[in-house]
Amino acid sequence: MRSPRFWAWVTFGVGAAYFFIPLIATLEFSLRMRRGVYSFDAYAVVFGDPRFQATFGYSVVVAVFTILLGVLIVVPTAYWIRLRMPQLRPIVEFITLLPLVIPAIVIVFGYIRMYGSNSPLPFLATARGTDVLLIIGYSTLALPYMYRAVDTGLRTIDVRTLTEAAQILGAGWTTIVTRVILPNVLIAVLSGAFLTFAIVIGEFTMASLLNRPAFGPYLQNIGANRAYEPAALAVIAFVITWGCMSVIQLLSRFAPKSANRPH
Amino acid sequence: MSDPFLSLQSMKKSFAGNTVVQDFDLDVAAGEFVSFLGPSGCGKTTVLRMVAGFEEPSAGRILIGGKDVTRLKPNQRNIGMVFQAYALFPNLTVAQNIAFGLRVAGVGKAETDARVAEMLSLIKLPDFGARYPYQLSGGQQQRVALARALAPRPRLLLLDEPLSALDAKVRVSLRSEIRAIQRDLGITTIFVTHDQEEALSISDRIVVMYGGKAEQVGTPFEIYNRPATKFVANFVGTLNTLDGVVTDAGSGMVRVASEEISVKGKLNGSKAGDRVTLALRPEAISLTRGPSHDASLSGEIADVHFLGSVIRVLVGVGDSRISLDTFNNPSTPPPAIGDRAAVNFSSGDVLVLH
Amino acid sequence: MVGEAAVARSAPPAGRRAVRFPTHWLGVTPFALFALFFLILPTMYLIVGAFQNRAGELTLDNIRALAQPNIVAAYWISIKISFASATIGALLGLAMAMAIVRGGLPGWVRSATLTFSGVASNFAGVPLAFAFLATLGRLGLVTIFFNFLVTAINENVALPLGLSALGRFNFNILSFWGLTLTYLYFQIPLMIVIITPALDGLKKEWGEAAATLGATTLQYWRMVAIPVLWPSFLGTVILLFANSFGAIATAYALTGSSLNIVPILLYAQIRGDVLNNPHLGYAIAFGMIFITGMANAFYIWFRARSERWLR
Repeated sequence: MRSPRFWAWVTFGVGAAYFFIPLIATLEFSLRMRRGVYSFDAYAVVFGDPRFQATFGYSVVVAVFTILLGVLIVVPTAYWIRLRMPQLRPIVEFITLLPLVIPAIVIVFGYIRMYGSNSPLPFLATARGTDVLLIIGYSTLALPYMYRAVDTGLRTIDVRTLTEAAQILGAGWTTIVTRVILPNVLIAVLSGAFLTFAIVIGEFTMASLLNRPAFGPYLQNIGANRAYEPAALAVIAFVITWGCMSVIQLLSRFAPKSANRPH
Repeated sequence: MSDPFLSLQSMKKSFAGNTVVQDFDLDVAAGEFVSFLGPSGCGKTTVLRMVAGFEEPSAGRILIGGKDVTRLKPNQRNIGMVFQAYALFPNLTVAQNIAFGLRVAGVGKAETDARVAEMLSLIKLPDFGARYPYQLSGGQQQRVALARALAPRPRLLLLDEPLSALDAKVRVSLRSEIRAIQRDLGITTIFVTHDQEEALSISDRIVVMYGGKAEQVGTPFEIYNRPATKFVANFVGTLNTLDGVVTDAGSGMVRVASEEISVKGKLNGSKAGDRVTLALRPEAISLTRGPSHDASLSGEIADVHFLGSVIRVLVGVGDSRISLDTFNNPSTPPPAIGDRAAVNFSSGDVLVLH
Repeated sequence: MVGEAAVARSAPPAGRRAVRFPTHWLGVTPFALFALFFLILPTMYLIVGAFQNRAGELTLDNIRALAQPNIVAAYWISIKISFASATIGALLGLAMAMAIVRGGLPGWVRSATLTFSGVASNFAGVPLAFAFLATLGRLGLVTIFFNFLVTAINENVALPLGLSALGRFNFNILSFWGLTLTYLYFQIPLMIVIITPALDGLKKEWGEAAATLGATTLQYWRMVAIPVLWPSFLGTVILLFANSFGAIATAYALTGSSLNIVPILLYAQIRGDVLNNPHLGYAIAFGMIFITGMANAFYIWFRARSERWLR
């Protein structure tokens, strides 16, 4: 019988192998495009592809709008729930968790049937309307993460006291939310934002079913037709995800601690 | 002590080259209540954890009832332990928590139930058996933790700062309750604390620890009135210190500010001109001259704090300030700041700290 | 409400109160409208549609039609893959979390594992499929490596009697186990991320208290640690189940439409009405919500039952 530490190392080692081998293999594969030698040809092809540039750009813009919409919906709600309506908390939390239970494909299926050209709200009648619907759909996907990030951020500051202090100084609601609350939960909001970005940037299902020229469907298309470029794209996608998570980690170091509050 | 129940012999413990306990020897008689008192990091908890079996001593032996238990695992030692943070199992009711030790020992249901009921009435929570820990106050949780530790009839009870997480009132009432239960059961007990008042009020003997060593072992009376080292004198109780210079070592004369007092027989080894520190307990000093007082110093009232039943007066003597307490007497007003005053004491109460 | 009305009658300033009352709710109105129009109503639309025929009459025909073999098979394989990837992912994730929390490993191992888990749990979809194709596909690095080994062994090792030459390594990534193995790449890290705080919540003193009371490590785990961890463990398993049950991008990019799982079937139905009955599509969607919903209902029931001791 070996020591627990030995088995901990074994577990960690096996896990590390499972997680690193695909990364190494993908990287190796992406360098194989030129026969006989390793090269960055696959990356050159990918970056030179105008469809890559167009779809990636489209997805970045959609992601930015998704984040804005998410912040607009989540921050005032989470704030208001903490300040005035804690009794609604369980209901709101339940709703924000629904997207983890209802698959994205079901949500978008509902959109397609509800918001067609002949419906009272014909989002799908125009390309711009469909873009908006895609942004809305992505916001629902990001809702659980965004809400939790912001709510955690609000928990560390004393919302009520801050609000009352601002009110005594004569601030209105807009001022309070934009000048007092938002800066204090900015780190949390940014964490939610980067997580949203990581989720949205390569999303396939919604974009594909709404027929939008996004990065996810492009990836799928390349995967079906090319050999080495998909590996290069996988490496790029991994780097993007890694980047987003690193930013979140970095941000968490600047997050306000709840040290000045007695418990 | 002819036949100690618990014997710690030349105990030593180091972590990664860092010695946290050294040369620790202690014999505890059966039924004795011994406190380990010291600041955090003094090694008192480490000694306790070695007795419990959570830390293995780097050297030394632990004997319980004459048997060497140094290498036994914690679950083979038959020791009860109470932790600072209660450590009740959150998924079990109060009754199930208390029954835990009996359950793992395979005691029958009827016997277990009877023992749990007995324990619940011992801690005066007879109707709390069905509750969960989160439904109890801190003081109640700690009493349940005590009952849980006692239920399997351990040979030895270890209390690791059990009162530190509680608020002041509960702390005082629970400590006398713990002491009463301990006396009742006659169980040998080791109590770790950093609170000197707690240690003084509850213990048969106190081990004052500092820097991994026992500075002094003695009854509360000895520890308080005859501290063996400067550390003990400072750590236990409030102490007024006065700087003085020896003027005549033979007759024990020391000059403080511009006056001379006699501390006969306490200057062992000092010679004229040596600097010494004199220490006085606040209760040994009075503003009025009592029958036993044979020494006095003059000063000026520097501050007065009205604390209710007691008035704390600070008297400036030379560069030092002496704190003393007088009982509040409704018919006499407290002294005023700036008044001249004499501090009177018995030279026998003066401690000389070298 | 009655009290509110009584106050309004008796005290003049109560009129102001009546005006103030709705502004209270105004704060959550944007969220409520958003959730209603883009989360709840679209889902309800499908659920209601699943119980209607083309003429809008109530019917159970669509639900009955789910019983056709290819749809049942799709549900079955989806459930199997989700169940396998959720339970295996949860157990392996728990093992890794245990290793970093209680294994006595150096601090950097823990932080590196948690950071990586954060990344990997979000590395899903199409790129994940690419990565596994590049690893275990016909020309993948691991496949090539094993085939190299096989060849070397066949050529250089005298085979014991009764054993034929080793076959070529040919892992079919487009299979049940292929997809499960791929899903584990985000399931395990997700488990690690969620269960690590729960493991941290197991106080060291509980184990020590149990030990002084005479319990073995095994008894401590059986009577305290597992009951305490069980609700969060089960909750995470359910989350992992839903996570892979609704996932489509990875499977679609990996296998095209050759693996008949429910989301891919629904995808094809939405795109081209392959089942020739739009309401059958609603029924499939309803079935998916029903299964994840049941899993969550079971979890909530279980929690309520086992967590009486939780505040």
